[in-house]
Amino acid sequence: MSAPNQSGWKPGTPVQDHNAMSGPDTVTGNRALMLEEPLLFEIGHVETTGVDLPEPSGAATRLGGMERAAAIGLPGLSEPETVRHYTRLSRQNYAIDLGLFPLGSCTMKHNPRLNEKVARMPGFADVHPLQPVQTVPGALEVINELAHWLIELTGMHGVAMSPKAGAHGELCGILCIRAALEARGDARKVVLVPESAHGTNPATAAFAGYEVEDIPATPEGRVDLEALKARLGPDVAAVMITNPNTCGLFERDMKAISDAVHAAGGFVYCDGANFNAIVGKVRPGDLGVDAMHINLHKTFSTPHGGGGPGSGPVVLSEALSPFGPLPFTARTADGVVHLVEEENAADYGHVQAFGRMTAFHGQMGMFTRALTYILSHGADGLKQVAEDAVLNANYILRSLEDVLDAPFGPSGPCMHEALFSDDGFAEGLSTLDLAKALIDEGYHPMTMYFPLVVHGAMLVEPTETESKAALDQFIMALRSVAERAKAGDETMKTAPHYAPRRRLDETQAARKPVLAWNDANMA
Amino acid sequence: MRYLPLTDADRSAMLEKIGAPDVDALFVDVPEAARLSGPIEGLPMHASEMAVEKHMRRLSKKNLAAADAAFFLGAGAYRHHVPASVDHIIQRGEFLTAYTPYQPEIAQGTLQMLFEFQTQVARLYGCAVANASMYDGSTACWEAVAMAGRVTRKKRVVLSGALHPHYAEVVKTMAKFTEDEIAHARPALQAQPDNDGLIARIDDQTSCVVVQYPDILGRLPDLQQIADAAHEKGALLIVVNTEPVALGAIKSPGEQGADIVVGEGQSIGVGLQFGGPYLGLFAVRDPKHVRQMPGRLCGETVDAEGKRGFVLTLSTREQHIRREKATSNICTNSGLCALAFSVHMTLLGEKGLRRLAMENHRLACHAADRLAKVPGVSVLNDSFFNEFTVRLGQDARKVVRKLADRGILGGVSLGRLYPDNEELADGLLVAVTETTTEEDVETLASALEEVLA
Repeated sequence: MSAPNQSGWKPGTPVQDHNAMSGPDTVTGNRALMLEEPLLFEIGHVETTGVDLPEPSGAATRLGGMERAAAIGLPGLSEPETVRHYTRLSRQNYAIDLGLFPLGSCTMKHNPRLNEKVARMPGFADVHPLQPVQTVPGALEVINELAHWLIELTGMHGVAMSPKAGAHGELCGILCIRAALEARGDARKVVLVPESAHGTNPATAAFAGYEVEDIPATPEGRVDLEALKARLGPDVAAVMITNPNTCGLFERDMKAISDAVHAAGGFVYCDGANFNAIVGKVRPGDLGVDAMHINLHKTFSTPHGGGGPGSGPVVLSEALSPFGPLPFTARTADGVVHLVEEENAADYGHVQAFGRMTAFHGQMGMFTRALTYILSHGADGLKQVAEDAVLNANYILRSLEDVLDAPFGPSGPCMHEALFSDDGFAEGLSTLDLAKALIDEGYHPMTMYFPLVVHGAMLVEPTETESKAALDQFIMALRSVAERAKAGDETMKTAPHYAPRRRLDETQAARKPVLAWNDANMA
Repeated sequence: MRYLPLTDADRSAMLEKIGAPDVDALFVDVPEAARLSGPIEGLPMHASEMAVEKHMRRLSKKNLAAADAAFFLGAGAYRHHVPASVDHIIQRGEFLTAYTPYQPEIAQGTLQMLFEFQTQVARLYGCAVANASMYDGSTACWEAVAMAGRVTRKKRVVLSGALHPHYAEVVKTMAKFTEDEIAHARPALQAQPDNDGLIARIDDQTSCVVVQYPDILGRLPDLQQIADAAHEKGALLIVVNTEPVALGAIKSPGEQGADIVVGEGQSIGVGLQFGGPYLGLFAVRDPKHVRQMPGRLCGETVDAEGKRGFVLTLSTREQHIRREKATSNICTNSGLCALAFSVHMTLLGEKGLRRLAMENHRLACHAADRLAKVPGVSVLNDSFFNEFTVRLGQDARKVVRKLADRGILGGVSLGRLYPDNEELADGLLVAVTETTTEEDVETLASALEEVLA
């Protein structure tokens, strides 16, 4: 009988040994604690269930003739099999709980478990979004309390809490800008986006119906103020800028940029993805920003969860605050927090609420975690977060600039992330090869090929939750792979050698997409 | 400060290595005038785990949790029992604290899970391909409308009047960007959905027709009839489902001709959470539409040794490559919620899902029969899955508040969903799931007898 549970590996197929892991092949495909795990569809059965539910009694009476007759094809597993399946899968993942996760612009910091405990309190986890508001005053207070601290930390005037992720927040901010422009009868058509912006910025502006134009960067990695000023005019609705920017640098001219944009009648959108670098130190509102989303999962440590969920509240200037979306919370003079869902928005200063961006009230489960994080750190702790994040990044920058090219190193300190390039690598070796070699050293690679303004970019963000010892070991590892890349070590081309999978064929995946199990290959 | 490992000695040593006199020297690019001179106003200093937990518990206890009441709310979010092992799995650090699986060699756990999730969703919906999830059902609905515009290159959107009003609002909000024309009516309180009225509004300029199934009043429209009419005019049929458990009992949208099926996955594994995070599901019936889909996709491939593995794929549709030409600006998915859905679905299996669905339906039938006996209450629906509409003969918003005063969460009033519409004001949506007991139904029925008297 052939073993059914070997992912892609067939019994009797020798496991080629490309690396130093010598020893006999195993018949299971497993290697001690490194276990192969088949797909659910290969081990489950439609008759198996891990949930005790009653056998249906009698026929369905009121489905209006819409009964589902045909098989669905959903295999089940018992509870022990389920726990084992997913636990085995989990062991194929790198995670912040396993080690330093140096992803620039993505901010992978420690996720405090108190946040998880709080989010699971029944008064937060087990309440329905449409419960009568008299039964959820505590939930409304959480939203309002978090909203208050986000406004205070950013020096802004209002905040829209409902956006579901950073890019959704960008859309919200652009909608506010558009609503404010429409309110004064101004139909501007262009959004300016610097080259170094996140890909979501131009996508958002385009999705919002605007023409997108690039603004170049200076050789120092900052927005070219003169080029920006030269482009401003009556057709420019907004400038979308990231500060600290994606080169890891603070936009020194931010106030001058804001003043110029405002003088030309436009608005300033700031991508707040890197707010963790300045929280408690600098308030974007003081720099003239009109709208900025805050990725709660980045600055305030709600877990990334393998890709999401995110949460993207948008703080707004006085000029934009009247234009936020529904619903929102507001505390009135009587001390009560109200939930404003529909008709009476104007009573709360929303002269022109533009409607909903999502059903219900936003990412409540993320709000509880973020508020817990803010209260845990307090005013002193949040300032320390920014300082330690910046200190750690500069420590990495200065410890490695003798071996890795740091294109903006000479221009001074970086913020919370250090940028390197592939300049000086031996012919034929790339940033990708270095990243895959770093996997063999036990690290998740840094952000690669971003920002686009630097060739072979490597953007390293250690965050504030790494110790000096952890940084020193990471520096040692990165130094070693950098030296190998410069020396032309060919073995890097086939890295990783020790990961659960060797280098995966992404071209085949895209050329012949197989997106569901047992699905015929698509043309 | 328990989350910050650096000691003062570490900081001094690191500053020395950097060559900076103090940490403020690292903020030299921040103009002096923009630096905060003191602490954030009113924010206390850092607090212990115990102190913060106490504060948050106090806020939590001010809310009436669903488990502590006879509970009948639905309208796009449903209370189901979630097996304990689901929460156990999603709290494993390797899932909880992982990043987007852009480095596939060390993210096979998340990737294989997403591949399995995509397959589960596609089968549940009767579709060829599902993506790796969206923010929630309402935003997935908008993304489907935007996709239909890309596919058909037409600008007119026909929304069923019985589409969840929040979903319709999201589509209308976002259509301000694209200048799509939206045709939308409010639902009529009648036993059967108005398919003929909907079909009459489809014309040659229509890019898509959006129908909810089961609809906002709990009714079950015949989708095939609408699909045929839409296809005849060159429009796509988008079907929205807000209660995936229903699809264990009723025909899938895909087998009735839906082109795009989207929905809210919250019911399976995710929990109520006062509205979020939830789980948007998105699938297409015809594989040729894959390249117009928004969001992430996980695909199968092989590694350098020929072993099967998984990667995020077809990313040339996405914002980080196509920038302003991307199919969508969405840059995330709901990975952890997708995991919860997938684990719960795996525990159920087909047999469990069908049993769960029939148990929901059985209890809902019981509740409808019992409530129909309350003087002043009439049940609107002939057919439904686990949610139905009753008419109370008076403003349901007031009735709901009176029930809440008695500790009963009696349903969602149509007045809450349609605040400007007097014709719907006496409607109450009542949802029943496997967590509802016959005793709960009795509690609601007798309370209604008193409140309506």
